[in-house]
Amino acid sequence: MTVSDKPVVQLQGVDKVFGGGDQPATTALEGIDLAIRSGEFVSLIGPSGCGKSTLLRIIGDLISPSRGTVVVNGKPADRARRDRDYGMVFQAPVLFEWRTVEDNVKLPLEIQGAGSAKRTARAKEMLELVELGDFLGHYPYQLSGGMQQRVAIARALAFEPAILLMDEPFGALDEMTRERMNSEVLRIWERTGTTVIFVTHSIPEAVFLSSRVVVMSARPGRITKVIDVDLPRPRNEDTRETRRYFELVTEVREALRRRRGGDNADEAPPDTDIGGLGSVDRTMAEGAVG
Amino acid sequence: MSATAGSIASQGSARGSGGGRPARWARTVRFYLPAVIVFVGGLVLWELLVGVANIRAFIFPKPTAILAALQANWGQGTYALAPSAQATLVEAVGGLAIGTIAGVVVAFATARWVTARAALLPLAVAANAIPIIAFAPLMNNWFGVLSPLSKMMMAAILVFFPVMANVTRGLVQVEPAALELMRSYAATEWTVLRKVRIPNALPFFFTALRLAATLSLIGAIVGEYFGGASLVLGRIIVQSASALRFDVTWAAIVLGAATGIVFYLVIVIIERAVMPWHGSLRGSDS
Repeated sequence: MTVSDKPVVQLQGVDKVFGGGDQPATTALEGIDLAIRSGEFVSLIGPSGCGKSTLLRIIGDLISPSRGTVVVNGKPADRARRDRDYGMVFQAPVLFEWRTVEDNVKLPLEIQGAGSAKRTARAKEMLELVELGDFLGHYPYQLSGGMQQRVAIARALAFEPAILLMDEPFGALDEMTRERMNSEVLRIWERTGTTVIFVTHSIPEAVFLSSRVVVMSARPGRITKVIDVDLPRPRNEDTRETRRYFELVTEVREALRRRRGGDNADEAPPDTDIGGLGSVDRTMAEGAVG
Repeated sequence: MSATAGSIASQGSARGSGGGRPARWARTVRFYLPAVIVFVGGLVLWELLVGVANIRAFIFPKPTAILAALQANWGQGTYALAPSAQATLVEAVGGLAIGTIAGVVVAFATARWVTARAALLPLAVAANAIPIIAFAPLMNNWFGVLSPLSKMMMAAILVFFPVMANVTRGLVQVEPAALELMRSYAATEWTVLRKVRIPNALPFFFTALRLAATLSLIGAIVGEYFGGASLVLGRIIVQSASALRFDVTWAAIVLGAATGIVFYLVIVIIERAVMPWHGSLRGSDS
């Protein structure tokens, strides 16, 4: 949790255009400049179609930008990916049903070529970190949605990635489970010191977790505001009831409402979880551009 | 005093855990009971109706007459049923093996190379549309009327398509997020194949195999209709029918059906052993 000044992720002038050629081109991202320091917890928040998931995938080199540079740990993003600097957590847990919980967590280590003893020890350690130490031999179908997502987090942390990329990891969970998972993620982040980039629809979630909240607008996707979250750490359930927390939630909400240029204020309001109640139904709408 | 309490508690729990088993057993019985009643009732009704209506045996023999024919012609004679069923099963198993291997190989090629898919898929669909009977004289001509290989090829042709189509689907229909995950691990195409695509295709493969087990038997028997060694089920059916020994024909059909069911069950048992994790075996629809 020590935040250093050295940027671990550096984006400069990143654009992403989908389509082109014989298809109509869609500008998903335009002019993204962002520096993320080592050990930070940064949330990307914005309405559907603002390109926050696209941005996350560009950082993780799952897709390439149309323009601009992405430097991760001082190297291009594709080198960083091949050096296995990333851990990914998606909205769905993406566990392999033919593998036990333990073997799912071991998968990245197998691919990395780690020895069998190290794999076993590491999987056990990570599953204990997410408090699933008693479920090593279970199959994914025997776990609840929240537990499956904890396995996915354990798997993402298995080879100690420098950066954890999380794409609406709790979007499919009910609100109570989501709040519990938020506390869990904070605890893990504080223990491991990993840099986390976290895509979300939920303002309360973004404020509660983050060191900084990056607010984005849609069509084209741009960064409209970066809000420093100065809530003291360690944060816990009481944090959600402090005045400063409510002020910050309001600040993020207002930043989301304010459209860049103000020329299309009549458009539909941001499809964002303003009040903190479930955003489950909306999360599927993101699609390819999200 | 405390020891007594402990033994009572352990007795209670033993009875509790034992109580689960009869309940499950009863559920199983309740599940299969209607089918068994219909089956047995049907046989009894058949037996009685044939007797009452005075239907002649060569049109519709009684179940007891079929059973008698089965017994009388079990081990030896012109219509020796057991060795015939065995020979037909060997043809079916051989055909299943050939067709499955060919289907899997082509599936891997079509899943890996788009060009292969474009070139092979239309041909496979077209070949699948040809009635299997049309191939029988050809196979007999190519591989020998008396050789079991000609029947194996008949079975293999029937088996090939469902295996190929299903395995291709299993290899290709992988969750996109799973591929993104593997990409984030910088996994090679070979690793993705071994660790994601092949396990993903396993349930598809076994679905095809269950279907193929039955198809292979059909293919072998149809092949035998067009000539073959005399002690195979298809020949027995043709020859006993032309000799008006319909009790033997029926006995051969019953034996063929029983062989098919056993074959199917063997595949199901293998499937359960290979994929204990799979949804279809847990009664869920995932």
